[in-house]
Amino acid sequence: MNDFPIAALPLWDWIVEPLQYGFMIQAIWVSAFVGLVCAVLSCYITLKGWSLMGDAISHAVVPGVVVAYALNIPFAIGAFLFGFGATVAIGYVKSKTRLKEDAVIGVVFTGFFALGLVLVTKIPSNIDLFHILFGNVLGISRQDIIQTLIAGGITLALILLRRKDLLLFCFDPNQAKAIGLNTQGMYYTLLSVLALTIVAALQTAGIILVISMLVTPGSIAYLLTDRFDRMLIISTIASVCSCVFGTYLSYHLDVSTGGSIVVLLTLLFILSMVFAPKYGVLAQEFRKRSHGAFEEKHNQQVFINKS
Amino acid sequence: MQATPPRLDIFVDNISVTYSNARLALYNATCTVEPGAITALVGPNGCGKSTLFKSIMGFLQPSQGQVRVGGFPVQKAQKRQLMAYVPQSDEVDWNFPVSVFDVVMMGRYGYMNVLRIPAPKDRRRVMESLERVDMADFRHRQIGELSGGQKKRAFLARALAQEGKVILLDEPFTGVDVKTEKRIIDLLMQLRDEGHTILVSTHDLASISTFCDRTILLNRTVLASGATADTFTADNLEMTFGGLPVGRVRQISQRPKQPSHQTEVDA
Repeated sequence: MNDFPIAALPLWDWIVEPLQYGFMIQAIWVSAFVGLVCAVLSCYITLKGWSLMGDAISHAVVPGVVVAYALNIPFAIGAFLFGFGATVAIGYVKSKTRLKEDAVIGVVFTGFFALGLVLVTKIPSNIDLFHILFGNVLGISRQDIIQTLIAGGITLALILLRRKDLLLFCFDPNQAKAIGLNTQGMYYTLLSVLALTIVAALQTAGIILVISMLVTPGSIAYLLTDRFDRMLIISTIASVCSCVFGTYLSYHLDVSTGGSIVVLLTLLFILSMVFAPKYGVLAQEFRKRSHGAFEEKHNQQVFINKS
Repeated sequence: MQATPPRLDIFVDNISVTYSNARLALYNATCTVEPGAITALVGPNGCGKSTLFKSIMGFLQPSQGQVRVGGFPVQKAQKRQLMAYVPQSDEVDWNFPVSVFDVVMMGRYGYMNVLRIPAPKDRRRVMESLERVDMADFRHRQIGELSGGQKKRAFLARALAQEGKVILLDEPFTGVDVKTEKRIIDLLMQLRDEGHTILVSTHDLASISTFCDRTILLNRTVLASGATADTFTADNLEMTFGGLPVGRVRQISQRPKQPSHQTEVDA
């Protein structure tokens, strides 16, 4: 039956046309998967206040990628070791000096990143620095997909198994300790899944933009709800949709994939910041006004009573 | 069934804590918190109250000395769910997306399997605890939507749900109205009569003699400890809160040790 409205046809084409290419199908489902992993973890990272830590890890993986290629081992292993190593280094420097944490993070991750730059320009390899920095999901290789799936799969499994403990750890580490949980272990669990997620997202978003995929979905959800379960759902929907449509956009407009994904995420963030029912700018303004009107009325009342 | 004795004391054995900026927060603190009694931990701001609290709860590692709870090291006692903790209000992130019910359920995690899936018994305990502090109607509220007193009661319910025999409350009366204070005190007295060991840190001197059986006076070290009637003397209070030369404090703390470690400073 030919009952498509005429106006919907271009949209249908817009969606279906790219799917005739194998690389597009691949890019779409890989970025959707990465979006899912990032969304779940981002709820924890936003609540724990670790976005700067995520930024640090994402930059610190660069030397790991280069070394991994030089040694001919999977890039994910090198990236993970260096990313996780950076967090250990941060913890160590912080405990041994009088510096504040943000300074320590700044020193360590830029150091790692700079080392990566030096290595990538010195060690002969076929690594394209541009692809590490900004991702290359349209040209992702089979091997890289497997590594992304493994890193993301481990992350999802770990979070699923420990989700309640991790939430308690983010909310009230003292209580976690008081009921005899191993908080040190949870600290490192969360750090390592953070590093794993960054490794998984490396090909999609690139190290510069991966932090957005780790912070923005959770932030959007946090503005929209007061329940952690709903936060997970909202975060996932926002993230996966942005990833899928961002990949489409990059195909149709011939622009950077990671860039368009993050632009979409940011748009969603702005929308929720303005229109969120309870914590949005408009809602707050409205509450303030109606409260002010109430005060005014109240004052008038007092005035009338006095006169 | 219960392998541990139902009444547990806290024994603080010669603890010193030095922070990384080389500040001595607490030195040679020795005291016992008796079971079946409410003990007040009193001292001026910066006297090491919260440091002692954190040492007892194992949140920080003292540079010297040890804490035993019912004869167990702290970590072991915590693994057995013996110790419940009610934090100060400003230690809690009130914007966190959890409900009152979720928070109280967190007190039950130690009894659940690895996935922390609550059993019917856990739900029952949570509801009982909520009812006991009169917060059952508020259980679906996000924790930030509560008043100061309700916030306190929610965390008190969490401590109840945990069924710890030892309960530590850090400044439970700050930001709380008189009515709530009275209700919390009533509840603490009930818990005491059920055999709980209760340690309350407070700087509200006025209310102490009304409900605290025992008092520990603290300023960098334990200056006096014992029954409230004996320790709560003008002399002791002046020693604790007045600007006392360190020399004399040391003198007091280094008095000849008697068998019952920290002596009660006689009036």
